[in-house]
Amino acid sequence: MKLRRTMLFVPGNNPSLIRDAAIYNEDAIILDLEDAVSINEKDSARFLVYQALQSLDFRDKEVAVRINDPKTPIGKMDLKAVVKTRKAVIRLPKSECKEDIAECAAIIEEIERENGITVGTTRMMAAIESAIGVLNAKEIAFASPRLLSIALGAEDYCASIKTSRSANGQELLFARCMILQAARAAGIDCIDTVFSDLKNDEGFISEVETIHQLGFDGKSIIHPKQIQMVHAVFTPGEAKVQKAMAVVRAIVDARDKGLGVVSLNGKMIDRPVVLQAERTLMLASAAGLLSREDKEYARLA
Amino acid sequence: MYIVKTAVAGTLESSDVMITIEPNQSGIEITLNSTVEKQFGDAIRNTIVNTLLELGVENAAVKVIDKGALDCVIVARTRTSAYRAAACDDFCWGSLK
Repeated sequence: MKLRRTMLFVPGNNPSLIRDAAIYNEDAIILDLEDAVSINEKDSARFLVYQALQSLDFRDKEVAVRINDPKTPIGKMDLKAVVKTRKAVIRLPKSECKEDIAECAAIIEEIERENGITVGTTRMMAAIESAIGVLNAKEIAFASPRLLSIALGAEDYCASIKTSRSANGQELLFARCMILQAARAAGIDCIDTVFSDLKNDEGFISEVETIHQLGFDGKSIIHPKQIQMVHAVFTPGEAKVQKAMAVVRAIVDARDKGLGVVSLNGKMIDRPVVLQAERTLMLASAAGLLSREDKEYARLA
Repeated sequence: MYIVKTAVAGTLESSDVMITIEPNQSGIEITLNSTVEKQFGDAIRNTIVNTLLELGVENAAVKVIDKGALDCVIVARTRTSAYRAAACDDFCWGSLK
């Protein structure tokens, strides 16, 4: 299980921002070859991202590269460069149907074979940014075992349903719920859209609280200042952490005693409770809330 | 690869390098302007020459304005500039190390 609370977009043609990308506390980095790069600089950004992936130490962060439309020659060249490095997840731009995912996966497979890379090792993330994409969210989420997550792209989506973003985000509720159910059904992560108004911290935090409550795994972000605000919302409270610790202690104790059924305070602990406890402890650990002993218990469970 | 026209890649932003490549008759000639020339001038020249030779470029006039770019940035900008100057857009990613 990997945390994807914050996925920081970094323009693919900016050496200083790429160099500094890993010094922050974000969970994942998305090097952007698409919207952040002008059409005249696609070649230079591709060379730069390729070289950066080969040379820079992004520490333990997950790194993805948002490529251009893989149906275009530019997008195909992006794929050739990024897949060859074996160091990044492919983040697709606008996906509207399962064929979009399958066609890109087929190109990736071809590149893997050409470069002696084990087929299937290159993972993918998809973005859903249109009405048709939202309606097809389920088939997109199930389209390839390479998929790690699906994300909402709100700006294009709002344009496609003939509206614009509002302060309370009510226009996004249907899309968010559709994408979330699809991701959960497929067992992959679900990431929310960016929030572009960097001066509006209150609005940003409110939006993060909304998507956290809906069940999202994290949010795409465009500035390091947004990282801590997201992580604060995603950090579980003490009572929740203690409850999760009690669950994992019960699991370890039951295992030590050779018991097949695990119970806590007289109630049987079933699989969903265990999964929720694991995620809570993962979030707590990332926030530095667990002692070494607690971490060891969580690991044993 | 033959340099057939003048081409530029990179910017004058901090941590970047602007590399201009022009046709030349007598090998690879580099003019370097860098804030860190005393410490890293030779290393920057070597990186550019090696990158060009890997691409099969044997003749080029290269003007470099460095703003403290990392080695990987210098390689990337050199490749971009060379490909643009060779009017070539079918880069063979499979051949790269």
